[in-house]
Amino acid sequence: MHSMKTLLTMILTLSFPIQYSILWAASTSSLSGKVMIDGSSTVFPVSEAVAEDFQKANLDVRVSVAASGTGGGFKKFCKGETDISGASRSIEKSEMDLCAENKVAFIELPIGYDGIAVVVNPENTWAKSLTVAELKKIWEPNSLVKNWSDVRAGFPATKISIYGPGPEHGTFDYFTQAINGKEKLIRTNFNAANPDALVTAVKNDKTALAYFGLAYYSANKNKLALVAIDNGKGPVLPTDASVTDGKYQPLARPLFIYVAEKSLGRPEVQAFVKSFVSSLTKVLPQVGYAPFQASLYPKVLKRAEEKITGTLYSDPSRRELSMGSLLNEAQRTSQVRPARK
Amino acid sequence: MPEFFEAPQEKPPGDFNIKRKLGSPSLSFFELGFRFFIYLATSISVLTTLAIVFVLFREAFRFFGEISISEFFGTEWHPLIEPRAFGVLPLISGTLMVGIGASLIAVPVGLMSALFLSEYVKGTTRVVLKSAIEILAGIPTVVYGYFALTFITPLLRGWLPNMDLFNALSAAIVVGIMIIPTISSVSQDAFEAVPRELRDAAFGLGARRYQVALTIVFPAALSGFVASVILGFSRAVGETMAVTLAAGATPKLTLNPLESIQTMTAYIVQVSLGDTPAGSIEYRSIFVVGALLFLMTLASNIVAQWIARRFQEKYH
Repeated sequence: MHSMKTLLTMILTLSFPIQYSILWAASTSSLSGKVMIDGSSTVFPVSEAVAEDFQKANLDVRVSVAASGTGGGFKKFCKGETDISGASRSIEKSEMDLCAENKVAFIELPIGYDGIAVVVNPENTWAKSLTVAELKKIWEPNSLVKNWSDVRAGFPATKISIYGPGPEHGTFDYFTQAINGKEKLIRTNFNAANPDALVTAVKNDKTALAYFGLAYYSANKNKLALVAIDNGKGPVLPTDASVTDGKYQPLARPLFIYVAEKSLGRPEVQAFVKSFVSSLTKVLPQVGYAPFQASLYPKVLKRAEEKITGTLYSDPSRRELSMGSLLNEAQRTSQVRPARK
Repeated sequence: MPEFFEAPQEKPPGDFNIKRKLGSPSLSFFELGFRFFIYLATSISVLTTLAIVFVLFREAFRFFGEISISEFFGTEWHPLIEPRAFGVLPLISGTLMVGIGASLIAVPVGLMSALFLSEYVKGTTRVVLKSAIEILAGIPTVVYGYFALTFITPLLRGWLPNMDLFNALSAAIVVGIMIIPTISSVSQDAFEAVPRELRDAAFGLGARRYQVALTIVFPAALSGFVASVILGFSRAVGETMAVTLAAGATPKLTLNPLESIQTMTAYIVQVSLGDTPAGSIEYRSIFVVGALLFLMTLASNIVAQWIARRFQEKYH
């Protein structure tokens, strides 16, 4: 035992200089300066992961990532205090006005989707779909739902075991907001656990109902049964298509970063945004979000390269459009007016 | 001046230079340097403890500026869910259920295997068996957690179909298995340190091996055994990863081990993982829970030392 420990310590100690030398070798870039990021706590883990890798490759660039929330982030961003702002919704009219007031032009870059899957055990034959009202009935504070029959007449009178991520997860905030109308508002007597453990729980518990990030469902498709969500327009299952074309509501939302046009003139911000967009297909699944189809990211990057300012959602009805068609359309417009600055 | 550095009382006649040759024992450069370093080493651990206690209690004090003591000893704990509640009893019940449950499993098993290893086997067999038990201590706790969730719980649900999938019982069992090596190793060392003569005397009087083990070795090594139990219990109470995976994270005031619970350390980790701003009441709540856990562990240490002193058989 002891000799093993000594050996391990020796290996660790000896490997330190090696690790450092690798870091030094990688730092051949000549970029320097500071990149300031703030905004949504949902986007925070993505920015943080990208920032970490970026700083390893560019030792002279300092990237600071904060999480004041989408609204709090825009307040600073539109005063010109930050370079990049993460957002779990598109920018609002009042925020655009504030930006305009301070002459902050922004470039909107959609980065992927935050979707929630509602799942049951594969042996559950009745809960093929649930309405948003039924979800609220199950999850609202002081909910009286104890059996499946309490959810909908016609469901069996067997126990319902309710599972969800604990309040430390961004998915918790989003789900409580989307279903119960206010963040962190929820019944207290549900089984909280981390998403990996939730997957195992639902797989083994025939009475289970759970929600968690869509990425966890995608990685465990054969062990779980998906519940379609009915938001008044008929049941919709979360698929790549229904999530990205905005039909799977209210449990999917696009995530964005907003980059200040002025900041994008600095080479370190340019390089950071580029590395941000190109690492999304790798980083998003790691933190539990759904990336777009890979073919959309070059179009996102193009928005940054050509500095196309303004939002894709010039009016609210455009939220119904899929990200693919939004980006395609935006690209056509930019090709007509390539000189736009 | 420490006794062991004093010059020999009886100097050999004629050898007056011995002191000068070695230099003054209490003032030599190396002596002072050595003293300084051992003093420094001791103060590092003492100061760290003091600093931790200071930070814990400072934040805890601020917490009680906002939450009354009576609310703190309430029965509902959900500081991160609206409407918030700060009653710590569910966390205490969850912690004790896992800690005591694990001890109920690990203490008898650990004690028996320690007696077996120290009194019944010798040589290679002893070394091999001891290493085999210690391997248990080398398994990562996350592995224990999934072992509980995917093996122990489904097994138990065969007999107890009403059991929750996340439950305190599997957590207690798996943590019990985890702390067996702690209890067994420390106890075994204590048993082996009991002087050979005591055993020989008992054998000489015609005692059987089990009588020697239970009436001679065990009472003589009681303080070592109690220390092992305290170490094991502290580890059970402090265990986080395996418990969170096996028992979920549902703070609930219950004595039913078939339900999901949350322990104090699991709560601390839960808040640390989220994006809780420093200085907020949720942030302070983890220090309060930490301070309470510290007081609980301190109390159990004091009780254990009292037990060990009270019942220790002294042979020298």
